[in-house]
Amino acid sequence: MNLILFIFIVLLGFTSYYFGRRKAYTIQSTNKRLTALPQFYGYYLAIWCAIPAFIIFSLWAIFEPTIVKLLILSDYSNQGYLDDELNLIYEKTKALSRGQFTGEITPFIEASAEKYLSLRSIAQSSKAVIVLSIIIASVAYAYKKISSNSRTREPVEKFLKAVLFTASLAAILTTVGIVFSLIFQTIDFFKVIPLFDFVFGTHWYPAKAFVRDSSEALDPTMYSDTFGAVPIFAGTFFIAFIAMCVAIPIGLMSGIYLAEYASVKVRQYAKPLIEILAGIPTVVYGFFAALTVGPFLKEIGNSMGLDVSAESALAAGGVMGIMIIPFISSLSDDVITSVPQSLRDGSYAMGATKSETIKKVIFPAALPGIVGSILLGVSRAIGETMIVVMASGLAANLTLNPLESTSTITAQIVVILIGDQAFGDPKTQAAFALGMSLFLVTLCLNIVALRVVKKYREKYE
Amino acid sequence: MNKNKEQLLNKRYKAEKRFRLYGQSAIFMALLFLTIFIFKIFSTGYSAFQKTWLIVPVTFDAELMMLEQNPSKEDLKDADYYDIALKSMADLDPNANEDQENELKRMVSYFFEREIKRELLNDPSLIGKTKDVYLTASDDLDQVFKGNYPRDLPEDQRRVTDYQLKIFDQLVELGKVESKFNLSFFTYPDSREAELAGIASSFMGSIFSILVCLMIAFPVAVLAAIYLEEFAPKNRFTDFIEVNINNLAAVPSIVFGLLGLGILLAVFQLPRSTPLVGGITLSLMTLPTIIIACRASLKAVPPSIREAALAMGASKMQTTMHHTVPLSMPGTLSGTIIGLAQALGETAPLILIGMVAFVNTIPGSPLDPAASLPVQIYIWAESAERGFVEKVSACIMVLLGFLIIMNLFAQIIRHKFEKKWS
Repeated sequence: MNLILFIFIVLLGFTSYYFGRRKAYTIQSTNKRLTALPQFYGYYLAIWCAIPAFIIFSLWAIFEPTIVKLLILSDYSNQGYLDDELNLIYEKTKALSRGQFTGEITPFIEASAEKYLSLRSIAQSSKAVIVLSIIIASVAYAYKKISSNSRTREPVEKFLKAVLFTASLAAILTTVGIVFSLIFQTIDFFKVIPLFDFVFGTHWYPAKAFVRDSSEALDPTMYSDTFGAVPIFAGTFFIAFIAMCVAIPIGLMSGIYLAEYASVKVRQYAKPLIEILAGIPTVVYGFFAALTVGPFLKEIGNSMGLDVSAESALAAGGVMGIMIIPFISSLSDDVITSVPQSLRDGSYAMGATKSETIKKVIFPAALPGIVGSILLGVSRAIGETMIVVMASGLAANLTLNPLESTSTITAQIVVILIGDQAFGDPKTQAAFALGMSLFLVTLCLNIVALRVVKKYREKYE
Repeated sequence: MNKNKEQLLNKRYKAEKRFRLYGQSAIFMALLFLTIFIFKIFSTGYSAFQKTWLIVPVTFDAELMMLEQNPSKEDLKDADYYDIALKSMADLDPNANEDQENELKRMVSYFFEREIKRELLNDPSLIGKTKDVYLTASDDLDQVFKGNYPRDLPEDQRRVTDYQLKIFDQLVELGKVESKFNLSFFTYPDSREAELAGIASSFMGSIFSILVCLMIAFPVAVLAAIYLEEFAPKNRFTDFIEVNINNLAAVPSIVFGLLGLGILLAVFQLPRSTPLVGGITLSLMTLPTIIIACRASLKAVPPSIREAALAMGASKMQTTMHHTVPLSMPGTLSGTIIGLAQALGETAPLILIGMVAFVNTIPGSPLDPAASLPVQIYIWAESAERGFVEKVSACIMVLLGFLIIMNLFAQIIRHKFEKKWS
């Protein structure tokens, strides 16, 4: 039904386009001057035909279920049911009306089901009628406008501009969506677990919260030593630190080499090859770290008499570092190339060698940009998920030994949410709280990094 | 004095050489990692494209299949194949006791019944006759045949028994073991058994997600980019939108997964584990990438084009839609493809919206539960069976193949169609 109506509106929209354009030609044939190109007459009519109808159509689709539900449940309003029970009654009614209900059928529910069906059919037919009359009214209005040869280009373009503007709001909506999806669960979480315990507690055993008997009410004291996020935060920064220890020297030096030393030919081939590293999906890195690097490190460690976990922080961090090399190398390459040639020439003229020029002149000049690129790399390392999930441990140890396993924010989110989630469970909410802290940390890093890079660009461009 | 100077100069030149060497070795290291990486994936993965078959003589005994005289096609479909399948496996060793017969049965996949059935349905005249049938070997024997499985482990530490190995070696000597191209890897859905697991279900899941992602992200991103580049007034609000876009491009992907879980699944009640939800989530992630690419290529269109159109009396909207946007399309399209390639490799957000569920059917629409290629890699990498290791690498090769094709395509569009303004 909805689909038919939808297709009908679209078809009407197209016909009215041709209709409007033909009208324009007839006006032209009476030797009147058109106010716009004929197709604008068509667009004008089509927009007036389809858009009001679509607005009504979608508003109806949004509000119909709520209104029907209210009408059905108004029969039960004075009988002292709880909200949950009312919801259950409504679901039963719906199931019965679809013929899918298998439980005990009470006369009450049967009556509601009949009422539901009749309400739905009334709603459907009145929707069709209203949408059609809207179409007729708005097309009649638009047709009158066209016939009197009033302006059509300006309204059409205004409409298009409004569409463009709406599309540009998508980015804001996404950010708002992220904040909303995180904030409510996070607030609920902090109602049960004090913020202080979360930020400063040193024990993280979310599994403990999971085994609780669901019939018992939430007992905050039970969770007192369960959701301390210090080991998680420490693990996250520790693995990111290991990653940066690999990525910064290699990335920076290859960026410098590509920008200052490499011949055109080397640059032409080496740069895209290094950038391939950035295009490899992270799950592939994760597999590589878990299958190759982890056991390899363990073997080396064992031969030296060290006790290395197969899921060591070193393996995850090291592979993550390889992943970040191209980000740092290409960003710092860009930054170094944009340092003005005059600075180099000045330094050479004073007799400095190339490396001295790089170290003493170019590097300090490019430093803000390089710091920005490193910060972006850190933000990536903190937000990286799959490598850690697959190659590092899932138990949250508070350790600074790179040969032991640790866990990170992202890995814990995945571990908690990978099965079926019960919203309202502190364990699920804990994942959202972790997500919130991840979002905030990376947001700060990104804003600072982007601002630093932008300031730097403005300085030399 | 002079000597001192020379020493100093030498020292400086040495430092110069050293610095240069650091740079070279950094590049070398990065490329070395890349090589090791690709070598490792290919060397573990290539064998998954071969599949081991056991050639077993099967007697199509009408009595054992519970078939009447002159059976119709329907009868053949409903016949009982388990007994003849079991019997033909047991006949490999006439002296086998009951335990050993069981072991013999486990030398092939549990599809052996179906494979025998297919053979008979292809040629109903086989009833009462004996024919050599190709049966899929179990994944452990498959690994043994490919040489990936150590034979010298003590028996209780491996999943193949000595007895199975003995029979298998006899078959190898008789030439009854064959390795052929593994077509089922591409046509079968996921399975718990490594020898039967294929990428068809996750491949379709990926295709559907990417299509949904393209259908949402492309129009919205292009419209947004046109507004921001051509129409937006310079004010605080526009700046705010821009800051948002740049930020979203750097938000960790898992946060988008939380968005999908918290909004799309919990609030809008969309079906879990489906490519529809996956595609919407991915589209939010690719949106900033496409917007940035589209704006860059709009910016690259020289102002003279716009001025010429405006001078001919076109309105601002006509100038944009008829001239600027078509000229910017090559850059936008290649940016879109690169964005989609990123989305194709994305795993974490899809895991959060439940696309890790075990799916052993091939999805037919974006509303059916599905996995995706990267998620399939994750699922297989987490399973303990040895047979899955090569499958993971093979799946990675397929995924990387797609990414390479997409990126090449983006390059070609950019170089072939993009106008160079000089």
